[in-house]
Amino acid sequence: MRDNLYDLIAANKRKTVIFIIITSIFLGALGYAVVNVFNWGLIGYIGFALFIIIYNIILYYNSDKIALSATGSVPADPEEFKTLHNVVDEVCIAAGVPKPKVFITPSPAPNAFATGRNPKNASIAVTTGLLEVMNRQELQGVIAHEIAHVRNYDMLLMTVVAAIGGLIILLRDFFLRSMLFGGRRRSRGRSSGQLGLILIVIGLVLAIIAPIFVALIRAAISRQREYLADASGAYITRYPQGLAQALAKLRDHHKPLKRASQSNAHLFIASPFGKDRINVASWFATHPPIDQRIDRLHKLVI
Amino acid sequence: MMIIILLVFIVLVVIAFIAIYNRLVVKRMRVDNGWAQIDVQLKRRYDLIPNLVETVKGYAAHEKETFEKIAALRSRAMGATNPKEAAEANNMLTQTLKSLFAVVENYPQLKANENFLKLQEELTATENKISFARQFYNDVVMDYNTMIQKFPQTVVASMFGFKEREFFEAPAEERETVPKVKF
Repeated sequence: MRDNLYDLIAANKRKTVIFIIITSIFLGALGYAVVNVFNWGLIGYIGFALFIIIYNIILYYNSDKIALSATGSVPADPEEFKTLHNVVDEVCIAAGVPKPKVFITPSPAPNAFATGRNPKNASIAVTTGLLEVMNRQELQGVIAHEIAHVRNYDMLLMTVVAAIGGLIILLRDFFLRSMLFGGRRRSRGRSSGQLGLILIVIGLVLAIIAPIFVALIRAAISRQREYLADASGAYITRYPQGLAQALAKLRDHHKPLKRASQSNAHLFIASPFGKDRINVASWFATHPPIDQRIDRLHKLVI
Repeated sequence: MMIIILLVFIVLVVIAFIAIYNRLVVKRMRVDNGWAQIDVQLKRRYDLIPNLVETVKGYAAHEKETFEKIAALRSRAMGATNPKEAAEANNMLTQTLKSLFAVVENYPQLKANENFLKLQEELTATENKISFARQFYNDVVMDYNTMIQKFPQTVVASMFGFKEREFFEAPAEERETVPKVKF
Protein backbone atom coordinates (compact mmCIF):
# COMPACT_ATOMS: atom_id res chain seq x y z
CA MET A 1 0.00 0.00 0.00
CA ARG A 2 1.58 3.25 -1.10
CA ASP A 3 1.00 6.40 0.87
CA ASN A 4 -1.05 9.14 -0.60
CA LEU A 5 0.72 12.47 -0.39
CA TYR A 6 -2.18 14.27 1.25
CA ASP A 7 -2.36 11.59 3.94
CA LEU A 8 1.33 11.98 4.60
CA ILE A 9 1.10 15.75 4.94
CA ALA A 10 -1.94 15.43 7.20
CA ALA A 11 -0.20 12.82 9.37
CA ASN A 12 2.86 15.03 9.67
CA LYS A 13 0.82 18.03 10.71
CA ARG A 14 -0.99 15.92 13.28
CA LYS A 15 2.25 14.66 14.76
CA THR A 16 3.65 18.17 14.96
CA VAL A 17 0.57 19.39 16.80
CA ILE A 18 0.77 16.46 19.22
CA PHE A 19 4.42 17.27 19.93
CA ILE A 20 3.59 20.88 20.66
CA ILE A 21 0.71 19.90 22.93
CA ILE A 22 2.86 17.45 24.90
CA THR A 23 5.58 20.06 25.25
CA SER A 24 3.10 22.66 26.41
CA ILE A 25 1.63 20.29 29.00
CA PHE A 26 5.13 19.53 30.22
CA LEU A 27 5.93 23.21 30.46
CA GLY A 28 2.68 23.88 32.29
CA ALA A 29 3.32 21.09 34.80
CA LEU A 30 6.83 22.31 35.53
CA GLY A 31 5.67 25.91 35.87
CA TYR A 32 2.89 24.83 38.21
CA ALA A 33 5.31 22.92 40.43
CA VAL A 34 7.73 25.82 40.61
CA VAL A 35 5.14 28.47 41.36
CA ASN A 36 3.42 26.37 44.00
CA VAL A 37 6.48 25.35 45.91
CA PHE A 38 8.28 28.70 45.85
CA ASN A 39 5.81 31.49 45.51
CA TRP A 40 8.43 34.12 46.29
CA GLY A 41 9.83 33.95 42.80
CA LEU A 42 6.70 34.56 40.79
CA ILE A 43 7.75 37.98 39.49
CA GLY A 44 11.20 36.77 38.60
CA TYR A 45 9.67 33.79 36.88
CA ILE A 46 7.37 35.95 34.77
CA GLY A 47 10.22 38.34 34.05
CA PHE A 48 12.49 35.57 32.85
CA ALA A 49 9.71 34.07 30.76
CA LEU A 50 9.08 37.46 29.12
CA PHE A 51 12.79 37.87 28.50
CA ILE A 52 12.98 34.50 26.76
CA ILE A 53 9.94 35.29 24.63
CA ILE A 54 11.17 38.75 23.59
CA TYR A 55 14.64 37.40 22.95
CA ASN A 56 13.17 34.76 20.68
CA ILE A 57 10.99 37.25 18.84
CA ILE A 58 14.05 39.38 18.07
CA LEU A 59 15.90 36.24 17.06
CA TYR A 60 13.01 35.25 14.84
CA TYR A 61 12.91 38.57 13.00
CA ASN A 62 16.64 38.44 12.37
CA SER A 63 17.03 34.70 11.92
CA ASP A 64 17.62 35.00 8.17
CA LYS A 65 20.42 37.53 8.58
CA ILE A 66 21.98 35.49 11.38
CA ALA A 67 21.89 32.22 9.44
CA LEU A 68 23.14 33.83 6.23
CA SER A 69 26.04 35.64 7.83
CA ALA A 70 26.95 32.70 10.06
CA THR A 71 27.41 30.52 6.99
CA GLY A 72 29.15 33.30 5.04
CA SER A 73 26.54 33.28 2.27
CA VAL A 74 26.63 35.94 -0.44
CA PRO A 75 23.85 36.97 -2.88
CA ALA A 76 23.91 34.87 -6.06
CA ASP A 77 24.69 36.95 -9.13
CA PRO A 78 21.75 36.61 -11.57
CA GLU A 79 24.06 36.33 -14.60
CA GLU A 80 26.70 34.04 -13.14
CA PHE A 81 24.17 31.71 -11.52
CA LYS A 82 21.56 31.93 -14.27
CA THR A 83 20.50 28.29 -14.03
CA LEU A 84 20.04 28.48 -10.27
CA HIS A 85 17.91 31.60 -10.59
CA ASN A 86 15.87 29.97 -13.36
CA VAL A 87 15.27 26.86 -11.28
CA VAL A 88 14.14 28.96 -8.30
CA ASP A 89 11.78 30.87 -10.64
CA GLU A 90 10.33 27.61 -11.93
CA VAL A 91 9.72 26.11 -8.51
CA CYS A 92 8.12 29.34 -7.26
CA ILE A 93 5.68 29.31 -10.15
CA ALA A 94 4.78 25.71 -9.31
CA ALA A 95 4.39 26.45 -5.60
CA GLY A 96 2.58 29.75 -6.11
CA VAL A 97 4.92 31.71 -3.82
CA PRO A 98 6.93 34.88 -4.47
CA LYS A 99 10.56 34.36 -5.41
CA PRO A 100 12.88 34.36 -2.38
CA LYS A 101 16.31 35.96 -2.35
CA VAL A 102 18.95 33.57 -3.63
CA PHE A 103 22.32 33.14 -1.90
CA ILE A 104 25.49 31.15 -2.50
CA THR A 105 27.34 29.58 0.42
CA PRO A 106 31.01 29.05 -0.37
CA SER A 107 31.60 25.47 0.81
CA PRO A 108 32.55 22.22 -0.91
CA ALA A 109 29.97 20.33 1.20
CA PRO A 110 26.81 19.86 -0.91
CA ASN A 111 23.96 21.33 1.08
CA ALA A 112 21.22 23.97 0.97
CA PHE A 113 19.04 25.81 3.42
CA ALA A 114 16.07 28.13 3.54
CA THR A 115 15.47 30.85 6.07
CA GLY A 116 13.11 33.75 6.67
CA ARG A 117 10.01 34.18 8.74
CA ASN A 118 7.44 33.98 5.93
CA PRO A 119 7.27 33.43 2.15
CA LYS A 120 7.52 37.19 1.53
CA ASN A 121 10.75 37.51 3.53
CA ALA A 122 12.41 34.26 2.59
CA SER A 123 15.94 33.49 1.46
CA ILE A 124 17.38 30.34 -0.03
CA ALA A 125 21.07 29.48 0.04
CA VAL A 126 22.87 26.67 -1.76
CA THR A 127 26.52 25.72 -1.40
CA THR A 128 28.96 25.83 -4.30
CA GLY A 129 29.50 22.11 -3.65
CA LEU A 130 25.82 21.45 -4.30
CA LEU A 131 25.88 23.22 -7.67
CA GLU A 132 28.89 21.11 -8.65
CA VAL A 133 27.31 17.70 -8.06
CA MET A 134 23.64 18.22 -8.94
CA ASN A 135 22.10 18.20 -12.38
CA ARG A 136 19.17 20.45 -13.24
CA GLN A 137 16.40 18.11 -12.10
CA GLU A 138 18.11 17.27 -8.84
CA LEU A 139 18.68 20.95 -8.18
CA GLN A 140 14.98 21.46 -8.83
CA GLY A 141 14.19 18.80 -6.22
CA VAL A 142 16.46 20.44 -3.65
CA ILE A 143 15.00 23.91 -4.28
CA ALA A 144 11.47 22.50 -4.05
CA HIS A 145 12.33 21.00 -0.65
CA GLU A 146 13.57 24.40 0.53
CA ILE A 147 10.56 26.27 -0.89
CA ALA A 148 8.38 23.72 0.93
CA HIS A 149 10.11 24.65 4.22
CA VAL A 150 9.30 28.28 3.51
CA ARG A 151 5.72 27.60 2.52
CA ASN A 152 5.15 25.36 5.56
CA TYR A 153 6.32 28.15 7.90
CA ASP A 154 8.95 25.91 9.44
CA MET A 155 11.01 28.87 10.60
CA LEU A 156 8.11 30.03 12.74
CA LEU A 157 7.50 26.55 14.09
CA MET A 158 11.13 25.90 14.98
CA THR A 159 11.40 29.30 16.65
CA VAL A 160 8.37 28.53 18.78
CA VAL A 161 9.82 25.14 19.64
CA ALA A 162 13.15 26.73 20.53
CA ALA A 163 11.40 29.33 22.69
CA ILE A 164 9.41 26.69 24.55
CA GLY A 165 12.56 24.64 24.99
CA GLY A 166 14.37 27.66 26.37
CA LEU A 167 11.55 28.27 28.83
CA ILE A 168 11.66 24.69 30.08
CA ILE A 169 15.40 24.85 30.69
CA LEU A 170 15.00 28.22 32.37
CA LEU A 171 12.31 26.91 34.70
CA ARG A 172 14.47 23.91 35.53
CA ASP A 173 17.41 26.10 36.50
CA PHE A 174 15.15 28.34 38.51
CA PHE A 175 13.69 25.36 40.31
CA LEU A 176 17.05 23.85 41.19
CA ARG A 177 18.40 27.16 42.47
CA SER A 178 15.35 27.68 44.62
CA MET A 179 15.82 24.21 46.12
CA LEU A 180 19.29 25.19 47.24
CA PHE A 181 18.57 28.68 48.53
CA GLY A 182 15.82 28.68 51.07
CA GLY A 183 12.89 27.43 49.10
CA ARG A 184 12.13 24.89 51.82
CA ARG A 185 11.35 27.63 54.29
CA ARG A 186 8.40 28.67 52.19
CA SER A 187 7.00 25.25 51.57
CA ARG A 188 7.15 24.32 55.24
CA GLY A 189 5.15 27.45 56.05
CA ARG A 190 2.33 26.12 53.99
CA SER A 191 -0.35 23.85 55.39
CA SER A 192 -0.14 21.07 52.87
CA GLY A 193 3.32 19.70 53.59
CA GLN A 194 2.61 16.43 51.85
CA LEU A 195 1.52 18.13 48.64
CA GLY A 196 4.63 20.27 48.75
CA LEU A 197 6.80 17.18 49.08
CA ILE A 198 5.12 15.52 46.11
CA LEU A 199 5.63 18.68 44.07
CA ILE A 200 9.29 18.76 45.03
CA VAL A 201 9.74 15.17 43.89
CA ILE A 202 7.92 15.85 40.61
CA GLY A 203 9.98 18.98 40.14
CA LEU A 204 13.23 17.12 40.72
CA VAL A 205 12.34 14.41 38.25
CA LEU A 206 11.30 16.98 35.68
CA ALA A 207 14.46 18.94 36.34
CA ILE A 208 16.62 15.95 35.57
CA ILE A 209 14.87 14.91 32.38
CA ALA A 210 14.07 18.42 31.07
CA PRO A 211 17.11 19.08 28.89
CA ILE A 212 17.03 15.59 27.41
CA PHE A 213 13.32 15.93 26.79
CA VAL A 214 13.70 19.34 25.14
CA ALA A 215 16.42 18.09 22.81
CA LEU A 216 14.38 15.01 21.91
CA ILE A 217 11.23 16.98 21.15
CA ARG A 218 13.09 19.53 19.11
CA ALA A 219 14.87 16.90 17.05
CA ALA A 220 11.67 14.90 16.57
CA ILE A 221 9.77 17.93 15.29
CA SER A 222 12.66 18.83 13.02
CA ARG A 223 12.65 15.31 11.57
CA GLN A 224 8.92 15.42 10.95
CA ARG A 225 9.29 18.75 9.16
CA GLU A 226 12.01 17.24 6.96
CA TYR A 227 9.69 14.46 5.88
CA LEU A 228 6.96 17.00 5.30
CA ALA A 229 9.24 19.25 3.24
CA ASP A 230 10.30 16.21 1.18
CA ALA A 231 6.69 15.28 0.55
CA SER A 232 5.50 18.80 -0.25
CA GLY A 233 8.62 19.43 -2.31
CA ALA A 234 7.82 16.35 -4.35
CA TYR A 235 4.26 17.57 -4.71
CA ILE A 236 5.41 20.98 -5.96
CA THR A 237 7.44 19.47 -8.80
CA ARG A 238 5.28 16.32 -9.12
CA TYR A 239 8.58 14.54 -9.54
CA PRO A 240 9.73 12.70 -6.38
CA GLN A 241 12.58 11.01 -8.28
CA GLY A 242 14.38 14.32 -8.73
CA LEU A 243 14.56 14.90 -5.01
CA ALA A 244 15.26 11.23 -4.31
CA GLN A 245 18.26 11.29 -6.65
CA ALA A 246 19.44 14.52 -5.08
CA LEU A 247 19.23 12.97 -1.61
CA ALA A 248 21.19 9.93 -2.79
CA LYS A 249 23.91 12.29 -4.04
CA LEU A 250 23.87 14.19 -0.75
CA ARG A 251 24.39 10.89 1.04
CA ASP A 252 27.27 9.84 -1.23
CA HIS A 253 29.00 13.22 -1.16
CA HIS A 254 28.37 13.89 2.48
CA LYS A 255 30.80 16.30 4.11
CA PRO A 256 30.35 18.29 7.30
CA LEU A 257 29.62 21.95 6.65
CA LYS A 258 31.84 24.23 8.70
CA ARG A 259 30.09 27.12 10.40
CA ALA A 260 26.82 25.23 10.79
CA SER A 261 25.61 25.11 14.37
CA GLN A 262 23.05 23.32 16.48
CA SER A 263 20.80 26.41 16.22
CA ASN A 264 20.47 26.34 12.44
CA ALA A 265 21.02 22.66 11.66
CA HIS A 266 17.30 22.10 11.14
CA LEU A 267 17.30 24.51 8.19
CA PHE A 268 19.50 22.42 5.95
CA ILE A 269 18.32 19.82 3.47
CA ALA A 270 20.84 17.28 4.82
CA SER A 271 22.41 17.27 8.24
CA PRO A 272 25.35 19.69 8.10
CA PHE A 273 27.30 17.65 10.67
CA GLY A 274 29.79 14.83 10.22
CA LYS A 275 28.64 11.23 9.81
CA ASP A 276 29.55 10.24 13.37
CA ARG A 277 27.04 12.64 14.78
CA ILE A 278 24.30 11.23 12.60
CA ASN A 279 24.85 7.63 13.60
CA VAL A 280 25.59 7.91 17.30
CA ALA A 281 22.41 9.63 18.40
CA SER A 282 19.64 9.12 15.87
CA TRP A 283 17.08 10.17 18.47
CA PHE A 284 18.73 13.54 18.70
CA ALA A 285 19.28 13.95 14.96
CA THR A 286 17.62 16.94 13.30
CA HIS A 287 17.34 14.95 10.07
CA PRO A 288 15.94 11.46 9.43
CA PRO A 289 18.31 8.92 7.86
CA ILE A 290 18.65 9.79 4.18
CA ASP A 291 17.87 6.24 3.06
CA GLN A 292 14.57 6.39 4.89
CA ARG A 293 13.74 9.72 3.23
CA ILE A 294 14.54 8.28 -0.21
CA ASP A 295 12.44 5.24 0.59
CA ARG A 296 9.45 7.40 1.54
CA LEU A 297 9.80 9.45 -1.62
CA HIS A 298 9.73 6.31 -3.74
CA LYS A 299 6.55 5.20 -1.99
CA LEU A 300 4.74 8.47 -2.67
CA VAL A 301 1.77 8.55 -4.97
CA ILE A 302 1.51 11.92 -6.65
CA MET B 1 -44.18 35.24 14.91
CA MET B 2 -44.41 33.45 11.58
CA ILE B 3 -43.32 36.62 9.81
CA ILE B 4 -40.21 36.92 11.97
CA ILE B 5 -39.20 33.32 11.31
CA LEU B 6 -39.79 33.85 7.61
CA LEU B 7 -37.72 37.05 7.64
CA VAL B 8 -34.86 35.37 9.48
CA PHE B 9 -34.95 32.54 6.98
CA ILE B 10 -34.84 34.92 4.03
CA VAL B 11 -31.95 36.88 5.54
CA LEU B 12 -29.99 33.66 6.10
CA VAL B 13 -30.57 32.54 2.52
CA VAL B 14 -29.44 35.92 1.21
CA ILE B 15 -26.28 35.80 3.34
CA ALA B 16 -25.51 32.29 2.10
CA PHE B 17 -26.04 33.49 -1.46
CA ILE B 18 -23.63 36.37 -1.06
CA ALA B 19 -21.02 34.14 0.58
CA ILE B 20 -21.22 31.57 -2.21
CA TYR B 21 -21.14 34.25 -4.89
CA ASN B 22 -18.03 35.84 -3.40
CA ARG B 23 -16.22 32.53 -3.15
CA LEU B 24 -17.07 31.78 -6.76
CA VAL B 25 -15.66 35.14 -7.81
CA VAL B 26 -12.43 34.53 -5.91
CA LYS B 27 -11.98 31.09 -7.45
CA ARG B 28 -12.74 32.35 -10.94
CA MET B 29 -10.17 35.07 -10.46
CA ARG B 30 -7.59 32.47 -9.47
CA VAL B 31 -8.30 30.61 -12.70
CA ASP B 32 -7.88 33.80 -14.74
CA ASN B 33 -4.69 34.59 -12.87
CA GLY B 34 -3.38 31.06 -13.47
CA TRP B 35 -4.07 31.43 -17.16
CA ALA B 36 -2.34 34.81 -17.26
CA GLN B 37 0.77 33.17 -15.77
CA ILE B 38 0.84 30.54 -18.49
CA ASP B 39 0.34 33.26 -21.08
CA VAL B 40 3.36 35.19 -19.85
CA GLN B 41 5.57 32.13 -20.19
CA LEU B 42 4.17 31.18 -23.59
CA LYS B 43 4.93 34.68 -24.88
CA ARG B 44 8.44 34.39 -23.51
CA ARG B 45 8.87 31.22 -25.46
CA TYR B 46 7.54 32.77 -28.69
CA ASP B 47 10.18 35.49 -28.24
CA LEU B 48 13.01 33.03 -27.66
CA ILE B 49 12.31 30.75 -30.61
CA PRO B 50 13.37 33.11 -33.48
CA ASN B 51 16.67 33.79 -31.68
CA LEU B 52 17.28 30.11 -31.23
CA VAL B 53 16.45 29.29 -34.85
CA GLU B 54 18.79 32.05 -36.07
CA THR B 55 21.66 30.71 -33.98
CA VAL B 56 21.12 27.13 -35.11
CA LYS B 57 20.82 28.25 -38.77
CA GLY B 58 24.35 29.61 -38.64
CA TYR B 59 25.67 26.10 -38.11
CA ALA B 60 23.04 23.81 -39.55
CA ALA B 61 21.54 25.69 -42.47
CA HIS B 62 20.22 22.61 -44.26
CA GLU B 63 17.79 21.61 -41.48
CA LYS B 64 15.35 23.87 -43.30
CA GLU B 65 12.36 21.62 -42.84
CA THR B 66 12.55 21.74 -39.07
CA PHE B 67 12.93 25.53 -39.05
CA GLU B 68 9.86 25.96 -41.22
CA LYS B 69 7.82 23.62 -39.10
CA ILE B 70 8.79 25.50 -35.96
CA ALA B 71 7.91 28.85 -37.54
CA ALA B 72 4.51 27.55 -38.66
CA LEU B 73 3.69 26.06 -35.27
CA ARG B 74 4.84 29.20 -33.52
CA SER B 75 2.45 31.42 -35.48
CA ARG B 76 -0.32 28.90 -35.00
CA ALA B 77 0.26 28.87 -31.23
CA MET B 78 0.39 32.66 -31.12
CA GLY B 79 -2.94 32.87 -32.94
CA ALA B 80 -4.72 30.49 -30.56
CA THR B 81 -7.79 31.98 -28.91
CA ASN B 82 -8.62 29.46 -26.20
CA PRO B 83 -6.72 27.19 -23.80
CA LYS B 84 -7.46 24.08 -25.83
CA GLU B 85 -6.06 25.42 -29.09
CA ALA B 86 -3.09 26.97 -27.33
CA ALA B 87 -2.36 23.71 -25.53
CA GLU B 88 -2.48 21.69 -28.75
CA ALA B 89 -0.25 24.00 -30.73
CA ASN B 90 2.20 24.40 -27.89
CA ASN B 91 2.45 20.69 -27.27
CA MET B 92 3.32 20.17 -30.92
CA LEU B 93 5.81 23.02 -30.69
CA THR B 94 7.45 21.34 -27.71
CA GLN B 95 7.82 18.12 -29.71
CA THR B 96 9.35 19.89 -32.68
CA LEU B 97 11.77 21.80 -30.46
CA LYS B 98 12.82 18.49 -28.97
CA SER B 99 13.64 17.18 -32.44
CA LEU B 100 15.57 20.39 -33.14
CA PHE B 101 17.69 19.81 -30.07
CA ALA B 102 18.20 16.22 -31.16
CA VAL B 103 19.51 17.53 -34.48
CA VAL B 104 21.89 19.84 -32.64
CA GLU B 105 23.63 16.80 -31.22
CA ASN B 106 25.24 16.34 -34.67
CA TYR B 107 26.90 19.75 -34.58
CA PRO B 108 29.60 19.83 -31.88
CA GLN B 109 30.57 23.38 -32.77
CA LEU B 110 27.05 24.60 -32.22
CA LYS B 111 26.86 22.78 -28.91
CA ALA B 112 29.92 24.70 -27.77
CA ASN B 113 28.52 28.06 -28.89
CA GLU B 114 28.02 30.22 -25.84
CA ASN B 115 25.05 32.04 -27.25
CA PHE B 116 23.39 28.74 -28.06
CA LEU B 117 24.03 27.39 -24.58
CA LYS B 118 22.46 30.49 -23.07
CA LEU B 119 19.40 30.17 -25.29
CA GLN B 120 19.14 26.48 -24.48
CA GLU B 121 19.15 27.21 -20.74
CA GLU B 122 16.58 29.98 -21.20
CA LEU B 123 14.33 27.77 -23.26
CA THR B 124 14.63 24.87 -20.81
CA ALA B 125 13.68 27.22 -17.99
CA THR B 126 10.76 28.60 -19.97
CA GLU B 127 9.52 25.12 -20.85
CA ASN B 128 9.65 24.17 -17.18
CA LYS B 129 7.87 27.37 -16.18
CA ILE B 130 5.17 26.63 -18.74
CA SER B 131 4.61 23.15 -17.39
CA PHE B 132 4.61 24.35 -13.78
CA ALA B 133 2.27 27.24 -14.62
CA ARG B 134 0.06 24.71 -16.41
CA GLN B 135 0.13 22.45 -13.36
CA PHE B 136 -0.85 25.36 -11.15
CA TYR B 137 -3.56 26.45 -13.59
CA ASN B 138 -5.03 22.95 -13.83
CA ASP B 139 -5.13 22.71 -10.03
CA VAL B 140 -7.15 25.92 -9.69
CA VAL B 141 -9.41 24.98 -12.62
CA MET B 142 -10.12 21.65 -10.95
CA ASP B 143 -10.93 23.44 -7.72
CA TYR B 144 -13.21 25.92 -9.49
CA ASN B 145 -14.98 23.33 -11.64
CA THR B 146 -15.61 21.12 -8.62
CA MET B 147 -17.14 24.01 -6.73
CA ILE B 148 -19.60 25.07 -9.42
CA GLN B 149 -20.86 21.51 -9.71
CA LYS B 150 -21.59 21.11 -6.03
CA PHE B 151 -24.99 21.79 -4.54
CA PRO B 152 -26.04 24.44 -3.57
CA GLN B 153 -23.18 26.37 -5.20
CA THR B 154 -24.35 25.16 -8.58
CA VAL B 155 -27.58 27.18 -8.18
CA VAL B 156 -25.70 30.43 -7.67
CA ALA B 157 -23.20 29.51 -10.37
CA SER B 158 -25.84 28.95 -13.02
CA MET B 159 -27.76 32.09 -12.00
CA PHE B 160 -24.72 34.30 -12.50
CA GLY B 161 -23.24 32.51 -15.46
CA PHE B 162 -20.19 30.87 -13.88
CA LYS B 163 -19.14 28.38 -16.53
CA GLU B 164 -16.80 25.43 -16.32
CA ARG B 165 -13.28 26.15 -17.51
CA GLU B 166 -11.10 24.08 -19.78
CA PHE B 167 -7.97 22.39 -18.54
CA PHE B 168 -4.69 23.10 -20.25
CA GLU B 169 -4.00 19.54 -21.32
CA ALA B 170 -0.52 18.10 -20.95
CA PRO B 171 0.87 16.09 -23.84
CA ALA B 172 0.01 12.39 -23.51
CA GLU B 173 3.54 11.11 -22.91
CA GLU B 174 4.19 13.70 -20.23
CA ARG B 175 1.23 12.61 -18.18
CA GLU B 176 3.01 9.37 -17.43
CA THR B 177 6.44 10.76 -16.66
CA VAL B 178 6.61 14.35 -15.56
CA PRO B 179 6.37 17.72 -17.24
CA LYS B 180 10.11 18.23 -17.03
CA VAL B 181 11.91 19.12 -20.21
CA LYS B 182 15.59 18.42 -20.53
CA PHE B 183 16.98 19.16 -23.95
